[in-house]
Amino acid sequence: MWKFLLPFAAFVALIVLFAFGLNPKRDIHALPSPLIGKPAPEFALSDVIDPSAVVSNAALKGQVYVVNVWGTWCAECRVEHEELLAISQQHVVPIIGIDWSVDHGPGEREKAKQWLERLGNPYTQVAFDQQGRTAIDFGVYAAPETFLVDGQGNVIFKHISGMTQEVWEKEFLPRIAAAGKGGA
Amino acid sequence: MSRGPHAWLLALVLAAAAAGFGEARAEPPAAGLDAHGQLQNPALQARFERIAKELRCLQCQNESIADSNADLARDLRRQVREMLVAGKSDDAIFSFMTDRYGEFVRFAPPLSPKTALIWGAPFFMLLLGAAVIYRVVRQRSRMPLDD
Repeated sequence: MWKFLLPFAAFVALIVLFAFGLNPKRDIHALPSPLIGKPAPEFALSDVIDPSAVVSNAALKGQVYVVNVWGTWCAECRVEHEELLAISQQHVVPIIGIDWSVDHGPGEREKAKQWLERLGNPYTQVAFDQQGRTAIDFGVYAAPETFLVDGQGNVIFKHISGMTQEVWEKEFLPRIAAAGKGGA
Repeated sequence: MSRGPHAWLLALVLAAAAAGFGEARAEPPAAGLDAHGQLQNPALQARFERIAKELRCLQCQNESIADSNADLARDLRRQVREMLVAGKSDDAIFSFMTDRYGEFVRFAPPLSPKTALIWGAPFFMLLLGAAVIYRVVRQRSRMPLDD
């Protein structure tokens, strides 16, 4: 009896393991964020467009908002840009951009400005993270990454890689509705 | 014909290396660092090297931040150095990283209910193998010696 049952049980266990492990829909490089359910890291950075202004998420307390970490050096961000523009035109919640300068030089700010002038600006505000510290605080490792923050200031969702209309409708809109619309 | 791609590859590698060096030089010398970007305090430098080898570069995933040339790895090395200079403990540095990037950032995650399977599996397999060998040997030793 055991002689047949044991290999069969092992076979079933393997099938289950493969069903999870080899699922093509599962991105093995996407890691769960430890930030989910925790307060969004605070930042106060200079504005990309107006360096004398400060972009801070403390000012957004009580609102639902989106944080999008990008950079002009990031190819996927270019692809995502059109989608973000379309999403921003729905005026659902504020979209805060964080321009992540990986070389820590001031050049990224100029490039970002040109990018937004040329391609359109989907952001309510764009912060300039010249030292990459805010990106580290958000645990960003593969731009673009997009976070959803609720009215209590907690991160409730993170999307890695480019935003699409589909992700926006499936993952963001229901959570925004559940969190209570923060106004845009 | 076959030289073309190789020459290109070499040029690419050299360009990437040059870009890497350029960036390393652009890194401003922080407090407590010598001209080579090493920590002046040798004890801190030794701790830095050990910690950096323990942290995964998430942009590349199979390299540590000590080995990787990725921008994020460079920024995380800066973070580790700054925390060491500020007198932070190893535990504080590791929890800084896991709070942001999750347990995966560590090559050797601490033993916890979630990681018990990873740590326990080799021992379990060893015991399983021992049990199988024990049974097979016992069965065979009961068989008549007819061959």
